[in-house]
Amino acid sequence: MQNSEPVNPALRESATFPNEMIAHIGNMARSGRYEIRGWGAKRQVPSFDDLSFITASLSRYPLEGYRERCETKTVLGTRYATKPLELEIPITIAGMSFGSLSANAKEALGRAATAVGTSTTTGDGGMTEEERRASALLVYQCLPSRYGFNPAHLRLADAIEVVVGQGAKPGGGGMLLGQKVSERVAQMRTLPAGVDQRSASRHPDWTGPDDLTIKIGELREATNWEKPIYVKFGATRTFNDVKLAIAAGADVIVVDGMQGGTGATQDVFIEHTGIPTLPAVRLAAEAIREAGMTGQVQLVVSGGIRTGADIAKALALGADAVSIGVGMLIALGCNSPFYESDGTRVDATADYRALGTEPGFCHECQTGACPVGVTTQTPRLTERLDPAVGALRVTNYLKALTMELTTLARACGKNSVHHLEPEDLVALTIEAAAMAKVPLAGTSWIPGQGF
Amino acid sequence: MEVKAHPLATADARVLGVTAVNRFLRSLPAGTEVNVTEVRGIHNLGVGLTNSIQINVNGNAGYYLAGLCDGPSFIVNGSVGWGVGENLMSGVVRVRGNASESAAASAHGGLVVIEGDASSRAAISLKGGTLAVAGSVGHMSAFMAQAGTLLVGGDAGDSLGDSLYEAIIYVGGKIRSLGADAQIEEMGEADVALVHQLCAATGFDHIDPNNVSKVASAKQLYNFDALKDQRY
Repeated sequence: MQNSEPVNPALRESATFPNEMIAHIGNMARSGRYEIRGWGAKRQVPSFDDLSFITASLSRYPLEGYRERCETKTVLGTRYATKPLELEIPITIAGMSFGSLSANAKEALGRAATAVGTSTTTGDGGMTEEERRASALLVYQCLPSRYGFNPAHLRLADAIEVVVGQGAKPGGGGMLLGQKVSERVAQMRTLPAGVDQRSASRHPDWTGPDDLTIKIGELREATNWEKPIYVKFGATRTFNDVKLAIAAGADVIVVDGMQGGTGATQDVFIEHTGIPTLPAVRLAAEAIREAGMTGQVQLVVSGGIRTGADIAKALALGADAVSIGVGMLIALGCNSPFYESDGTRVDATADYRALGTEPGFCHECQTGACPVGVTTQTPRLTERLDPAVGALRVTNYLKALTMELTTLARACGKNSVHHLEPEDLVALTIEAAAMAKVPLAGTSWIPGQGF
Repeated sequence: MEVKAHPLATADARVLGVTAVNRFLRSLPAGTEVNVTEVRGIHNLGVGLTNSIQINVNGNAGYYLAGLCDGPSFIVNGSVGWGVGENLMSGVVRVRGNASESAAASAHGGLVVIEGDASSRAAISLKGGTLAVAGSVGHMSAFMAQAGTLLVGGDAGDSLGDSLYEAIIYVGGKIRSLGADAQIEEMGEADVALVHQLCAATGFDHIDPNNVSKVASAKQLYNFDALKDQRY
């Protein structure tokens, strides 16, 4: 919550120890532990907001906004897979587990993705029947924990994502606190109900890029070389990681920037590791280009993607598609003061306050007490999200994102969103110019490339 | 009743390559016995099979032999690389030689028998399967093992059973050190019966319920509480 103005205007808050930091130190002194929370980095980092499109005018020719076709079809997995994933839009739904999310939330995401012709992704906890049924295109994650990992599900999947790490906690394993480990979640993960589930940070049967090559080979052999294999990691040493993943035989690279969300991770991890999505996409695209794999290895970017503008900028910098997690949860009702019950709005503010938070500030996914029924396993709360209502909201969000994306692409004169390019962009800050390697607006200057 | 005998099939891994061998294995009807020859350390041999066939691997295999399988039986007349029987769902894998790291990693079911020694992280992340090693296992074995059994005829390396959940470990020889939250427990009746049964199933005659130690989780890390000074 924002601090109210002090009564005495002469009072001065410390920049080093503002009230928020005083509260943080107080919490540590009281509990003896770190804060665990959901969502991604909350602090300001250089982002796609720091870029702007230089759209058509006299020197460029725009497409007619509502009449001329702007292609959004996206194909992932063209390198080795005999059955690449064909998506209607370059916007996918990120991996989030059943366990972290309620079954209703997973189902709503699957139904929405199916309605617009895109994919959704399993998470740390395996594949549920509801999710497979709801999702026409489902990406199956192979995570370090291997919770619920089942070769039968591997064969049922449309693509496989080997998860090395994620943007919220690159180098860290997952967490699902005991209050969310219900009987069903426990059974799927082969754990006793109510334990704090700690996922490993390393895979149990391989380590390093040379092993990954063999691991990818195993997954291909076990699925007859049909399915695209993605490799996902949090954005840290992105250029080298992408080159190594390409060398290891990945069809698709998924890079998750530091704004990427999580269901439960240490706050210190969320806020102080990784690089923002903005430089990550540019570095990954450079690595793919340098490896001579443009058009063969596809790039999916995630981490704080919210709008069609974010997506257009990611595509212009070299991504083939984006993946969205937190944005989808917000579409489902995350942080809304209300939930819907039988068509009427019910105020959930008291439940937010019981968690010590407010609508608009909540990141208490780890508690399992989600006031709007998205990140919970408690039946009383999961009922607050009707999968049909949720599916409609997420479908609308995906459609609106696509319209925003094509609006910008048409204005840049592109008849495919995949024709957006760095030359369509300028930076509004020196930091963004350096990170995205596009010129500072009104100049030809890209920091690091001379004057 | 007439017993239908399938002819013994043979696949030369050097001539065919791993993908063709795996396709051939996948195509075989239940009850077939097949010899795979010229293995020469090939990776990913026999992965993801669901048919109940008997596969004799003649030579040393590389990584992930029998990984992701649900049904077949393997006998390896040689040693194996990393991750033998990883994520096994059912079936039996018997290795006459030694196994490298992460044997039976995350195995949900089935039985992996190593007649020699296994390296580090044996039975890591185990989820209900059984790994029986006649010889010794390396460090961090049964790390984060959730369910199932690790039976070790010889010695266990450092940090055995670190962060164990519900899996149980029996060790015939010396334990160099226990990992966080692992403890030695008394053998109960169920343990005696299980070790008997495993010794019979594996043919291990050098150990029995009277000369093994049981290691299980102390369950002190099941719920996070920093004030208890946990080794988190």
